[in-house]
Amino acid sequence: MSEREIISVTVQRGGPEAPQYPQVFEVPAFESQTVLDVVSWIQQNADPTLTYRFACRVGMCGSCAMMVNGVPRWTCRTHVNKVLKGGKIEIGPLRNLPVIKDLAADMDPFFDKWVAAEGRHHPTLSRDDAIAEIDPEQPARVEASLGIECINCSICYSACDTVAGDSDYLGPAALQRAWTLYNDGKDADKDAILDAVSGKGGCHSCHSMGSCTAYCPNGLDPLSAIAGLKRATTQRFFRGRAK
Amino acid sequence: MTPFHLYMAQRLSALVMAPFVLVHLGVMIYAIQGGLTAAEILGRTQGSAFWFLFYGMFVVAVSIHAALGLRVILSEWAGLRGTALNALSCAIGFGLLVLGARAVWAVTAGGVS
Ligand code: SF4
Ligand code: SF4
Ligand code: FES
Repeated sequence: MSEREIISVTVQRGGPEAPQYPQVFEVPAFESQTVLDVVSWIQQNADPTLTYRFACRVGMCGSCAMMVNGVPRWTCRTHVNKVLKGGKIEIGPLRNLPVIKDLAADMDPFFDKWVAAEGRHHPTLSRDDAIAEIDPEQPARVEASLGIECINCSICYSACDTVAGDSDYLGPAALQRAWTLYNDGKDADKDAILDAVSGKGGCHSCHSMGSCTAYCPNGLDPLSAIAGLKRATTQRFFRGRAK
Repeated sequence: MTPFHLYMAQRLSALVMAPFVLVHLGVMIYAIQGGLTAAEILGRTQGSAFWFLFYGMFVVAVSIHAALGLRVILSEWAGLRGTALNALSCAIGFGLLVLGARAVWAVTAGGVS
């Protein structure tokens, strides 16, 4: 059997408690190997202190996102041979978020902004009412359905240069969530949503450059969702608030 | 002024500017084709309420639009926040307004500069 090829992997180590530095590992190549497999191999065979995060390994949970060669990616669904450059890969923690340690980024700002964008349900009915029927073909529902496959991976948030320049900016995922709820027939407080996305760091800060849409691993389109919010807030400005 | 109002002010000033830019460019090309001298041009613009309003509104829209655009750059690239950001953006807008108003006055009023 021929010797395995070796991949040279540069991993960003450290965090707030130790200065950050790049560390190079030699990792044997396997067939159909993902970037997450490479990170796991390092943790299991070379350095058990390497910190990283994952759960489902099938692109469902959104916890394994990292910077791979400077680009945010879901590592469990990224094949090494797609990103290998001259036998090398660079892996780092997600951009635009504080680092906890090594490859684990602190997701708190990302999720806090979901709440700040009013990304929560405002019920129209109580548990005592009958369940309202929703027509899946209805245009607003079709629009809402476009955003529901978000796995909260924060890849769009890391890709967004407006987040990098403005720490108050709510970011693509939270705003897309707000737009989804705005179009949801079972959400009762559209005005609260539009208010939440009209303040400091709201949807009007977006520069529409579309890195979010370009990098979302699930093929979602936060750019268009944010454009929808801009339209809705502008229409409300001219037409007045609902009732 | 909320961020939303600033956004609306920038979009609306852009809406106002768009036809002005086209007319302005058209007039420039026309004036050059005909070989008009500066004196001939001034002869047509001075005392004209139309050109005073045209370029007056143009200057107001430009001042608002440019100041708001630079405000975002100052915030995202230079990290300015709060009062410093607002004061500098207002100063830029006001400066553009003064410069533009002087030019409009010189071209459409009696030639005072
Ligand atoms: S389109 Fe907007 S949200 Fe998306 S990356 Fe650009 S600035 Fe960020
Ligand atoms: S919109 Fe896409 S990139 Fe952003 S958090 Fe959701 S799944 Fe991830
Ligand atoms: S580990 Fe769950 S999405 Fe990658």
